[in-house]
Parts: sequence; C-alpha cells; structure tokens
Amino acid sequence: MTNTSKAAAIVGVAESDEIGLVPHKSALAHHAEAAHNALEDAGLTRNDVDGLLTAGYVNYDLADYLGLAPRYTDTTTVGGASFVIHVGHAVNAIANGLCEVALITHGQAGRSSRVPIPRDPNLPSAMYEMPYGMIGMPINYSMAATRYMHQYGEDRTRQAMAEIAVSTRKWAQLNPKAMMRDPMSFDDYHDSRWICWPFHLLDCCLVTDAGAAIVVTTPERARSLPKPPVWVLGHAEHHDHAGITTMPDLTSTPARVTGPAALGMAGVTHGDIDLTMIYDSFTYTVLVTLESLGYCGPGEGPDFVAGQRTAPGRDFPLNTSGGGLSYTHPGMYGIFPVVEAVRQLRGECGDRQAPDVSLALVNGTGGALSATGTIVLGVE
Amino acid sequence: MTSGAYQGPLPVKQPESDFYWEKAQAHELWLRRCNACEHAYFYPRDFCPDCGSRDVSWVQASGKGTLHTFAIVHRAPVPAFRDHVPFVVAMVDLEEGPRIPTNLVDVEPDPAHIHVGMAVEVAFADLTDEITLPVFRPS
Repeated sequence: MTNTSKAAAIVGVAESDEIGLVPHKSALAHHAEAAHNALEDAGLTRNDVDGLLTAGYVNYDLADYLGLAPRYTDTTTVGGASFVIHVGHAVNAIANGLCEVALITHGQAGRSSRVPIPRDPNLPSAMYEMPYGMIGMPINYSMAATRYMHQYGEDRTRQAMAEIAVSTRKWAQLNPKAMMRDPMSFDDYHDSRWICWPFHLLDCCLVTDAGAAIVVTTPERARSLPKPPVWVLGHAEHHDHAGITTMPDLTSTPARVTGPAALGMAGVTHGDIDLTMIYDSFTYTVLVTLESLGYCGPGEGPDFVAGQRTAPGRDFPLNTSGGGLSYTHPGMYGIFPVVEAVRQLRGECGDRQAPDVSLALVNGTGGALSATGTIVLGVE
Repeated sequence: MTSGAYQGPLPVKQPESDFYWEKAQAHELWLRRCNACEHAYFYPRDFCPDCGSRDVSWVQASGKGTLHTFAIVHRAPVPAFRDHVPFVVAMVDLEEGPRIPTNLVDVEPDPAHIHVGMAVEVAFADLTDEITLPVFRPS
C-alpha cells in the first residue's frame, strides 16, 4: 500500500452561518453555506472544486443544489464516521490525480427537519432490533455501556461518564458557537433524568441543526494559499458490524484498528498527540474510544479521565469545541471535530485554544459503534 | 412490550427469514446452523457468516441462555412505545452460541433486579396475527 502521509492538506474549514436551533434553514442550505464559508477560509472559489464528498445523500442531488459538476465523487456513508473517512478518501483521490480540490460537506436539520429520514425496513438490523424498541442511538449505545459496567465496575464507569460530561461542558463554555454553555456540576449530571438506563440525559449528545465543510488540496496548491496547510499525516477506516446486537465486543470499537493504523502511517505515537477529538455521541463513546484507540488499556479509561484530566488547562485536551455533548450535533457529527482540530492546529481558537498544538488526532464513530475513521493532522 | 396493543415497527419478513418467523408464530425458536463449521448463527441467512459455506440447515434452539447485556428504556424512542416505558431491551447469549436481540419480560424494569449473566429462557409475545417475537424471562 502506498503511504499517502502528507500527500494532501486541509486548507479550509467552516460551519454553516448559524448552527444550533435553525428552523428556517434546510439541510441542503447548511451544506451550501458551509461549503461557501470553507472555500472562503481556504482562499479558493467554487470554480476550483473538482471533487465532492458527502454522506447521506446521493451525490448528484447535492452537486445539483450546489451547482457543481465534480470529476471525483464519493458518498461513503457509514454514519457519523463518514466525514473523517472522507478526509482519507480525498487524500487518496488527490494523490492519484483524480481531483485537485476536494470539498467535503455535511448539513443536517436534525432538530428542525420537516420529515424524518426513514430507515430501510428491509435491513436485518431493522427487522430484528426495531420491533423490540431498539430504535435510536441512546438505546443502542446504552446496552454497550451496561456491558462495560459489568466487566469493569459500575461505579467507576459511572464516574468516568460524569467526568467526560462535565469536562466537555467546560470546553463548551469557552466556545461562543456552543449550544450548551451553562455550567454543569457533577450533581447536575447525576440528577439529570434517565433517557435509557444507564444513560442520563447528560450522557447523550445534543440534537441540533448545523452544517460544516472541509477543503482538501494538493501540497503545491496548499502552500500557495494564505493560511498554513494542515497536513493529513495518517488516515484509516474500518467497520465490523451494523446493528449493536451484532457488535463482536461491546467494549471495543473499530478504533482498535483505525487508531494504530492512522498513527502508524503518520509515524507518531499516542504520546506525541497534543489534541484529541473523539466523536462524543455519548459519554460512553468517549470512554470506550480512548481505550480502543490505544491511549490506555481495556478497562483503564476511568483512571485515564479521572480528576477532570480532559478539562481546559489540564494535560489532555479533549473535544475542545464542547463536542457533540455540548457544542453541536445535528445527527452525523463527524465533520465537526475535524473542523475544530484544524482550527486548534492553526491557533485560531481564542479562549479555548489548547497550548502548542502541532499534532492532532480525530476519531469519528458511525452507526451503533459500527464504523470508525481516524486521522492524524499536523502543522509544520 | 408486556401490555397494550402493539403499535410499533413490525419486522418486514424476507425470503431467508420466513421460516424463522413461521416457527416463532408456533412459539418455537429456530436458528441457522452451518454444516461445514458446525456453528449456529443469528440472524438467519442462507450462508454461514463465519466460514462462508452455503451448506446450512435449521436447528431448534433450547430457548435457554444468559443475559449478555440490557438497558432500561425510559424515554420512548417513537410514540408507539410511550405506553410501554419503562421496558427492558436486552441481548441474550443462547446455549447454542448466537447472541440475539430481545426484550427481558416478567421482571421489574430496575437495575437492582436485573444482572448481566443471569439465566433466562425464551417466551413468546404475539404482536399481531402474523408476527410473534421471541422474548426472554428470568429462568
């Protein structure tokens, strides 16, 4: 396999104009605004774009709306992991000359959409899970968390989930774009109502309206643009099941493959990473993903996050935007942690800027802990 | 799913699963089993997901298993389940090997009364004239 480390760079990132509760914008409008804003951030125009990647749409529908006619097209759709995986696909396409400027977009009116997106009832996960009421991600992920509690201890798992909810909110308080900026105490966490035991409300991500976009291009072009290139140093993708009830091990995600693979391509190790962005659909997702990525061993996550270690000012900056838990989460969130990592690497994050960020790891998770994409990003 | 007329999503039967649902209607739990690797599996399809063999048969399960994990649904995921919360979603490790999705019934929906690893046995919930769901209860 060709090592495509540093074969392309991220040169533009942005959200749509307004994120949060935006009832007057469609999902496609979020795509278009984010695309416009990310191209402006890159110093490029729509006419430069010849590659288009998104998830959840047939790509000609999106391209038609945007007024684009790409020569490279990719609609890999594996839930919220998709957009992290798209970064790797964009690198591969650029490295092989299939396109020169790749645009990755996402938009979702998760809160305000006028019609819910249906799930194909012909699929096995629909046939065998949904009649039991296994519908929606809180129910799926909560069953995985119960198993983790059984294997590694209920009280320490509960404490770890609380640590993650509280520290993530502290980051959100520093992000003007975050939806939830009120302080959250440990009591607030423990007192929040049950959604699906073992998940409290404050274990669960938000449901918002939002879009984001990423522009990826060649090394030559990247160096000619006004902002410093953010190099894609490593990328990997993997999935090993669909519905939660066919997950091989409820306490280990496909990140056990993508984490080491992305780090290996980048030629770096966990200790080199200055900033970690993990798709936090639920507090448990963060806990299990830290272990799967290899930051710590199985069952060691509760010790790893203890004492607000992942909060602002501490030694392990994690989900500095405020994450899906407190910043935004329109349904498939995976593009947003990439946007934040790029901004942190450029030093653009103001009050929430983590110190000396030159290497970042982003992990997206999709489906019922089904798919992951991991990328390692760096600046010179 | 222990009370009230069922209004939730029903399985859309597929050709490879008709037999499974017919047997469930007769209050029997049947599994696909691979004749090549001698391994029972769920969900039903006409080849073995482990070794790829197309030499597969059906076997009746004992209906006994252990609770692999569970969760207690408090917020109904769709309106059809509003009258049923709190209820218990679960995965059961069957004696024959496969892990299957289910509901745990005949138990208090309270984590103090439910334990991963507890012994369970199959029961059957007749949702409609056409569809019966295998569910499990403490044994």
